[in-house]
Amino acid sequence: MAKKSVWSDNRFWQRSAAWVTGFAAMLMIWLTFDTIPQIVLGSDADFKNGVTKRVPGPTVINYKITYEMNAKRMHEIPVIGGANAEGTSSFQEKELFFGRDDWSEDEARELLALGKLGSQAKNCMNCHTLLGNGAYYAPDLTKAWLDPAWGPEGSMQAMTGKDTKEEAMAEFLMHPSQYPTHARMMPNLGITAAEAKGLVAFLKHMSSIDTNGFPRNFGKIKGAVHGK
Amino acid sequence: MANNYLTSESKKLATWYFTFAAILFGAQLLFGLVAAIQFVVPGFLFEILDFSVARMVHINALVVWMVFAMMGSVYWLLPDETGIETVGIGLGKLLYWVFVAAITVVVLVYLFVQVGPADITTIWFINEGREYLEAPRWADIGIVIVVLGFIYNLYATGMKGNRSGIITVLMADMLAFAGIYLAGMGYTDNISMDQFWWWWVIHMWVEATWEVFVGSIAAYGLITMIGAHRKTVEMWLWIEVAMLFGSGILGIGHHYFWIGTPEYWWEIGALFSALEPLPLVAMFIHVLYDWGKMQGEQDAQGKEVSVISNKPAFTWFVLNAFGNFVGAGIWGFFHTFPQVNLYTHGTQFTSAHGHLAFFGAYATILIGMFYLAVQGKNGIKVMYTTKKSIWATCMIFGGVLGMTAALTMAGYVQVLVSRAQMGATWAGYFDGQAGVWFAQGMDWRLIMGVITFVGFIVLMIDLLSIGKAAHHER
Repeated sequence: MAKKSVWSDNRFWQRSAAWVTGFAAMLMIWLTFDTIPQIVLGSDADFKNGVTKRVPGPTVINYKITYEMNAKRMHEIPVIGGANAEGTSSFQEKELFFGRDDWSEDEARELLALGKLGSQAKNCMNCHTLLGNGAYYAPDLTKAWLDPAWGPEGSMQAMTGKDTKEEAMAEFLMHPSQYPTHARMMPNLGITAAEAKGLVAFLKHMSSIDTNGFPRNFGKIKGAVHGK
Repeated sequence: MANNYLTSESKKLATWYFTFAAILFGAQLLFGLVAAIQFVVPGFLFEILDFSVARMVHINALVVWMVFAMMGSVYWLLPDETGIETVGIGLGKLLYWVFVAAITVVVLVYLFVQVGPADITTIWFINEGREYLEAPRWADIGIVIVVLGFIYNLYATGMKGNRSGIITVLMADMLAFAGIYLAGMGYTDNISMDQFWWWWVIHMWVEATWEVFVGSIAAYGLITMIGAHRKTVEMWLWIEVAMLFGSGILGIGHHYFWIGTPEYWWEIGALFSALEPLPLVAMFIHVLYDWGKMQGEQDAQGKEVSVISNKPAFTWFVLNAFGNFVGAGIWGFFHTFPQVNLYTHGTQFTSAHGHLAFFGAYATILIGMFYLAVQGKNGIKVMYTTKKSIWATCMIFGGVLGMTAALTMAGYVQVLVSRAQMGATWAGYFDGQAGVWFAQGMDWRLIMGVITFVGFIVLMIDLLSIGKAAHHER
């Protein structure tokens, strides 16, 4: 008589399940410990020392940000303060944000906190996507700061009658239903002037996060549909 | 209620959980309809009940009704599996009312307060504004307390009574399910860090611990409804646990492609999430195989009757095996590679997957549990379908499949126009939304949503009346 096979033994499968789960969980925890330090918020010193962080410090609002194709990584990356010879951030070129380019670390941190809290308190994520996550009723906000529509020649900036991108965005956030941009409008969420400033800082900061090239070709294509 | 055949307090408590779950299920569909109408008629309830609010209630009611029904399912099967009355049933009842009261307050605040100022009090008392985990922090703490009580009951009963394989799996799984929730309770200014931990909760729930829960419930259903052999079923269950956790835990990588996390998650996410459909295929085959095997054994004895002791419940269990595999497995696999996901991430494609996966993997089997409870409550030996249960099943399943097809079409338009062609800007987004296929997709989604909702009403009528039908064996 043949012996009972281990392959039909429940204890064997129970132990296998425990080992596989334990191994996957340990690997997950190890990877978490590897990832967390790579995504902590950077600091102002990083910019001064020329260190690129995946999630730059809040004072990134003092710098010009662009989104450029990087030959080495073969996708677009945020470039902060102009590009160096390798096509990565040089942290040289500054840009006024609400009239200043010398926001201190504390001030910028406070603005970012206000904006991030505001994004949650106003429930942005249940219409928009942030880093591609959220609802699909309104445009993705990951790189909204870099959207040509808000730039000097953009329709949104023109509509609000403001002279700068940040003022135009803040004005729109405070009175969205005054600027009916589409049949599907953004509702008035009672956003104050201070909150709007924080939210714009939050958006500018988010556009500087290294998202591994998401979204692809952002803001690069003009007039592909119906010759527009 | 009159004529309650249930003698077990645990099973009585389970019916409470199922009842509130069914009410929230209705709320989920109703607010889903509001949101679906807003895609078609943008001015609908504008600045009264905006899309953000409707959608928040839609997805929160979804998660909470499932959690209620899951707890109900555990209270239902505990006496059967352990052979004893559930320990701490008084605590269970108290926590039930605490949970119901908390959820009611949360929903009322969502509906009538909606948003708050940008400070931490909003996070504590109004909403956290994080998709699926919007519940304010006071409610988070309440949920943790309720779940701890539930875990205590499960552990105390499992350790005192007969600890079957199913109970062992549930004990481990529910502890992980509860513990993971803690990862989503913090606040940080860093959106990448925020989403990193947020996915720990969402992903480890729906693609790991909830799936293992479904495996356990399916195992219980096969034993109770077709008399499958415990040895076979529990061996399969352990294999499923290994496959589900083995692929599902690291499958979280597919959420870490674009949120600021390192590039190595591309490879990890692609590899492990590509394996995630395998256990779902296995579960599907397992259910059908056991069914055929048990029917075959009975046929061999010359008995020309079905082995199924609860037709409507078993129908939903089989639909679960199928829907889980198609909705979570295939629709998930479609866009799980980073090369594809770069363009599909954040489009209606995800929404199509979300609808069929939540429905196929979870709603189906929990509806099956509702029918099992109706059978037990009415003291029925063999429960047959009614015209209403067949209509409800066809309308709900057909409706959700239709919504999924419509959203998939709409998603393709977004991927091609908004993303590939237009580069994902504000203008690109609205060009995609203006596409005729997108618009038609939204129309069809609404039509299919209405069919689903009507099916739900028929389902509720059936659940309330099927127990009284005369054609069952008692």
